[in-house]
Amino acid sequence: MSHTTVLSVDDLTVTVGTRRGPVRAVAGVSWQVRPGETFALVGESGSGKSMTLLAATGLAPRAATVTGRVRLLDTELTALPDDRRRKVRGRHVGFVFQDPMTSLNPVLPVGRQVTEAAEEHLGLTRRAARDRAVELLELVGIPSAARRVDAYPHQFSGGMRQRVAIAMALACEPDLLIADEPTTALDVTTQAQIIELVADLQARLGTAVVWVTHDLGVVAGIADTVAVMYGGRIVEQGPVDAVFDAPTHPYTRALLAARPDPSRRGEDLVAIPGSPPSPLDLPPGCAFWPRCPVRADPRCEHELPPLTTVGDGHTVRTFYRGEAG
Amino acid sequence: MSADTPDVVAELDDLKVHFPTPAGTVRAVDGVSLAVRRGETLGLVGESGSGKSTAGLALLRLVDPTAGRVRVAGADVTLWSRRRLRATRRHVAMVFQDPQASLDPRRTVGDSIAEPLIVHRLAASTAARRARVAELLDLVGLRADTAGRYPHELSGGQRQRVGVARALAGEPDLIVLDEPIASLDLSVQAQIMNLLRHLQRDLGLTYLFIAHDLAAVEHMSDRIAVMYLGRIVETGPPERIYRHPAHPYTAALLSAVPVADPRVERERRRIVLTGDIPSPVDPPSGCRFRTRCPQARPACAETDPALAEVGPGHDAACLFPLDGERDGGVGEGATTRADAAGTA
Repeated sequence: MSHTTVLSVDDLTVTVGTRRGPVRAVAGVSWQVRPGETFALVGESGSGKSMTLLAATGLAPRAATVTGRVRLLDTELTALPDDRRRKVRGRHVGFVFQDPMTSLNPVLPVGRQVTEAAEEHLGLTRRAARDRAVELLELVGIPSAARRVDAYPHQFSGGMRQRVAIAMALACEPDLLIADEPTTALDVTTQAQIIELVADLQARLGTAVVWVTHDLGVVAGIADTVAVMYGGRIVEQGPVDAVFDAPTHPYTRALLAARPDPSRRGEDLVAIPGSPPSPLDLPPGCAFWPRCPVRADPRCEHELPPLTTVGDGHTVRTFYRGEAG
Repeated sequence: MSADTPDVVAELDDLKVHFPTPAGTVRAVDGVSLAVRRGETLGLVGESGSGKSTAGLALLRLVDPTAGRVRVAGADVTLWSRRRLRATRRHVAMVFQDPQASLDPRRTVGDSIAEPLIVHRLAASTAARRARVAELLDLVGLRADTAGRYPHELSGGQRQRVGVARALAGEPDLIVLDEPIASLDLSVQAQIMNLLRHLQRDLGLTYLFIAHDLAAVEHMSDRIAVMYLGRIVETGPPERIYRHPAHPYTAALLSAVPVADPRVERERRRIVLTGDIPSPVDPPSGCRFRTRCPQARPACAETDPALAEVGPGHDAACLFPLDGERDGGVGEGATTRADAAGTA
C-alpha cells in the first residue's frame, strides 16, 4: 500500500468558545505531508500552529469547533466518530511534545510506558512488549537499554527523557510523527542530538514528520516544506529552499531579517515593532498589517489578501508584490 | 585583575558555590574567576547545569559562596550580612528571564518600578518618585500611563521592558541579564536587544549577559566567557571565540547552533557530542569535558587544565587547544579542524 500523502489537511478552521465569545484560532489552513518528508510549521505564540496540529489529529479541546477535512492515509479522519478516530490515530500517529513529561508517567518504569500503546494497538504480550521496549530504547540511543528499561523518568536527563518519549511515539511504527517543539526545552548540543536522531529514524523507517517550532534555524536544518503561520493563517508556504531564498510575505522577510547577523555586529537589529496579535483581537485585513514595515497596498488594512502562487509549490498570502529575497 | 583595577565593576575570584543535596554535593560553580569591566557587556554562555546563572546570582550575593571572593564596586562583599548587602544590591541589579514571574502580579507596574527607589531612598517625595517612574518608563520605550497597569495587561515584550526599568531604578553599576530574551517571541527579541544596547550606550551601563542563545550573545557582547560544568573553559572577544574557538567544547557548542539557511545546514559538519553533561555532584577527573570530548587523550583524565592564554585576550582551559578556524560566526557555516589538536 503506497500513499502519496500521509496526512492531508484541507481548509481547516478551528473556532474556540471563550468567555469573550467565539475565537477563530485557525482559519482555513491547507497542507500535506508525504512519506519520509518533514513538514515544518513555524510561528510565534498565538499564531495557531499548535492548535492546527491538535485539530488535524482530532485532539482539539472540547470547546473547539473544527471544520474542514483531514485525511490520514486512506481514512477521512474528520468523518469518524471519536472512538474510531482514536484507534486510527493511535495506530498510525506518534506524538512528541516539548516537555517529555507531558507524555511520560512519573510513577511507571519507562519500558512499560514505551510499549503501552503497542500492547493495545498491536496486541503484544507483556513479554514481547518488554523485548520491544528494550529494542526501541536502543533505537533512540539510550545507553544500557536492557538495564534502564526498568528505570523511572526522573532517573533520566531532559535529553534522555525526550529520547524515551520518541521511543514511545515510534512504538507502533507510525506512518506519521507529530513533533510539537520537541527540542525547545533542550540545550543546543542535546537539540542537535535529537534532530540527528529523528532524521536518522525517518531515513530508516520512512516516517513522515510534522515538526512545529519557532526556531528558523531548526526549520532550515530539518524541513522539506515549511509553512509560516501568523494570526491563525498560513501566510507563506513552500519548499524550504524557496521560502528561505525568496521569502515573499513581509512577515517572513521581517522574521528572517530580525536575527542577529555576525557580519553586522554593532548595528541595530531590524526589529519588528509591537507583538504578535492575540487570536481574540485580530485585525480585519492582513493580520500582520499593524506591524508591517511595508504596507504595500491600501487593501492590506481591511481586506484579506488572497493566496497567490509565486513559485513551484510556493504560495503566499499578501498583496505585496515587491522583489523577493 | 583585582578589585584595585579601577575599571572593574564586579568580580568573582575563584568562586565556588556548592549545594548540599541528598544525592551529594552539587558543585554548581567550582572555581570561577571573572571580572566585569565598566561599560562592557560580558557574555556568559553555557548549557543548563553549567553554573552560569548561579555565577550571576553570586554577583548579587543571592547565593552564598562556599569559597572564593565576590567583590562589587571595590568592596569585598563575600561575608557581608543581608542587611549590609541591601546597599550592594543597588550597585548590581538583575533582569530575569520571565518577567511574568519576577513582577508581582498584584502590584501596578509603577509600584514595582518605584520599589527600588523607596528601598534605596532615591526619591525625596512621592511626586519625585512618580516623575522618576515616568522617566524610567520613557527610557524603556513605554508610555507614562503604563505605570497604572498590571503585569497581566501587558505583552511579554512590554513586561520585559518593565523588568529593565525596574533594574535601572537603582542606577546600578552592573546589570545582570539572566536570559532576558529567552521567553520572548522571536519578533520581540530583537526589540529588547536593541533597547538594551541603546540604554548601554546612552547611560554607560555595564552588563553581564547570561544566555544560551549564542547568536544573541555574539551580537550583544564585547567579551565572552563559556562555562561548562561549573567552570569557565574559554574566554575572549567574540571574533576569537566564534571564529577561532580553542576549547573543543566551545567548538562543539557553536557547531550545534542551527543556522537559518537550509543550504548551510545541509553542508555543515556538526560535532555531535555523545552523552549528557555529567553530574555536577561527581564531575570527571582532570578535564571535566573529557568524557564527551572528541579529542580527549589519556592525559586529559589526569590533569585539570587551568585557563591559559591562546591568543590576545583569549584564554582556554584545555591541554590540547584547537588552532583551527571556523568559517564564521553563528550565522555562517561551521567547520573545525578537530584533528589540528593532534599536532599541538
